[in-house]
Amino acid sequence: MRHSRFDTRLGLAVTLAVTAFLIGPVLLSVSAGLTRNYFVGLDSGLTLKWVAQVWDLYADTIWRSYAVALITLGVTLALGVPAAWVLTLYPGRLARLLEELLTLPVAVPGLATALALIVSWGSVGWLRSSVAFIVIGHVLFTLPFMVRAARAGMQGADLRTLDEAAATLGASRRQRFFDIVVPAARSGIVTGALTVVTLSIGEFNLTWLLHTPLTKTLPVGLADSYASMRLEVASAYTLVFLLMLLPLMIGLQWFAARSTRSGGLALGAST
Amino acid sequence: MTAAPHRAAPLATRGGRRATLVGRHAWLPIALPATTLFIAFWLLPMAKLAGLGAATPQGMESSAYWLVVTQPRYWQSLANTVVLSLGATLATLAIALPVSRFLARHPHFPGRRALMALLLFPLAFPGVVVGFLVILTTGRQGVLNTLSRALTGEPTVLAYGMAGLFIGYLYFLLPRTIGVLMAAVEGIDKQWLEAAQTLGARPWRRFVDIELPALASALTAAGAMCFATAMGAFGTVFTLGTRIDVLPITIYDEFTNYANIPVAAALSVVLGLATWAVLYAANAVAGRAARGG
Repeated sequence: MRHSRFDTRLGLAVTLAVTAFLIGPVLLSVSAGLTRNYFVGLDSGLTLKWVAQVWDLYADTIWRSYAVALITLGVTLALGVPAAWVLTLYPGRLARLLEELLTLPVAVPGLATALALIVSWGSVGWLRSSVAFIVIGHVLFTLPFMVRAARAGMQGADLRTLDEAAATLGASRRQRFFDIVVPAARSGIVTGALTVVTLSIGEFNLTWLLHTPLTKTLPVGLADSYASMRLEVASAYTLVFLLMLLPLMIGLQWFAARSTRSGGLALGAST
Repeated sequence: MTAAPHRAAPLATRGGRRATLVGRHAWLPIALPATTLFIAFWLLPMAKLAGLGAATPQGMESSAYWLVVTQPRYWQSLANTVVLSLGATLATLAIALPVSRFLARHPHFPGRRALMALLLFPLAFPGVVVGFLVILTTGRQGVLNTLSRALTGEPTVLAYGMAGLFIGYLYFLLPRTIGVLMAAVEGIDKQWLEAAQTLGARPWRRFVDIELPALASALTAAGAMCFATAMGAFGTVFTLGTRIDVLPITIYDEFTNYANIPVAAALSVVLGLATWAVLYAANAVAGRAARGG
């Protein structure tokens, strides 16, 4: 099928413009974080001084974000993968309702979820002041992504038949789950895991209300630096964050390219 | 020897099926932890928040829900948010459609994968980062301002108002939409387009009469997703400045600065219901279309 030349040219022009619109600011930010004095420009020379300063000021937020992301990942794996299997086994109305319900924390703005958590659980002192409060918020927000990704992995193989066959041969439920279901859904689960970690590391809307001065995560630190630090430091901090995202995004795109059915990435950071 | 498994098979199958059925039901409790977590930390807290919205704020005479819909400063903020989100949604769809069509129709050109990766990378940016990028480009020390002063002598600063927020919304909505629309364009049956071409339909007519109807449900779903995302966006506006009058900032202000929990709760519930309803309705429409309605 031939495409009209006008169509192709317009498409190419808009595509390049959108790419510039999306990537230009990122390049600006990266260069600002590495420039000695942004207002003078690149002529002032390149430096890692700002990155070092970010490390001195905010290293704890970076480690905390990784910790929160990994705990969140552990919980979503433990809760989400079995839930996905149950939803695959019972594709009825009840399962649809359960999945719909679990997706609500994504459909409803994070601000509302955070307020609800605070009015209900904020008075429990140890919980309010610990990282666990943030983890709970992140689990609510990321669990649907894990369930959906794991389910997509399980629907590919004819798992119900395999599971039945293994049961006929006398395999226990635990054996079937870990030896058949999980390996078969592996790529889906890995996609889910990468999604969960990416979303957790970047989560701001919930975390901003749930954090305390002692439980600041990276995005909270970013907001802090945007409001109070010079542009170079804020940019250097952003650069560190982008470097943390990069391997996760590359992994996600690699898996998305491998799985033929899903067209794009099922991801959307809270904005 | 070969007959033995045959004879045994029905028995084993029968026993096996019973075992599997029992096994299947035994799986049910495994969804329990996820369900419990959801009920304890989301459903019940949300119910409590909805209840708090019915309370009467100090010095007021009616419930917070009533105040939220009658007091101009609240519904003005709601109206601002709806208009801005709607505008950003329509602009995003209009810009993302040609990009998605181009990428879907040209599956092989050098650098396509790199281009896709660049277009999708901002998917993972939280709103605060998007806000900062808007400041870098259109803020007081931004590129736009520098250019504008060099070219016209007049400063151009967009970042700290509605215009900046609009740019930020476009920034985070575009990557989300391009992926969804691309899949939909790839799904259009090429035979229709070829048939129309053979019958002499001009490109513009093929687009309006065949492509747009085929993409209607994807555009609806993507539009709803954009609208809901924009309505609840907090990080971007938080970075750009807390004087922009949109609902998430109003909620945040009422909660932290005025400790007016009933109004913050009522506004959150209204915002939550609005975004959920838009998504639900769009899913229903798209689902009906997918089932062949």
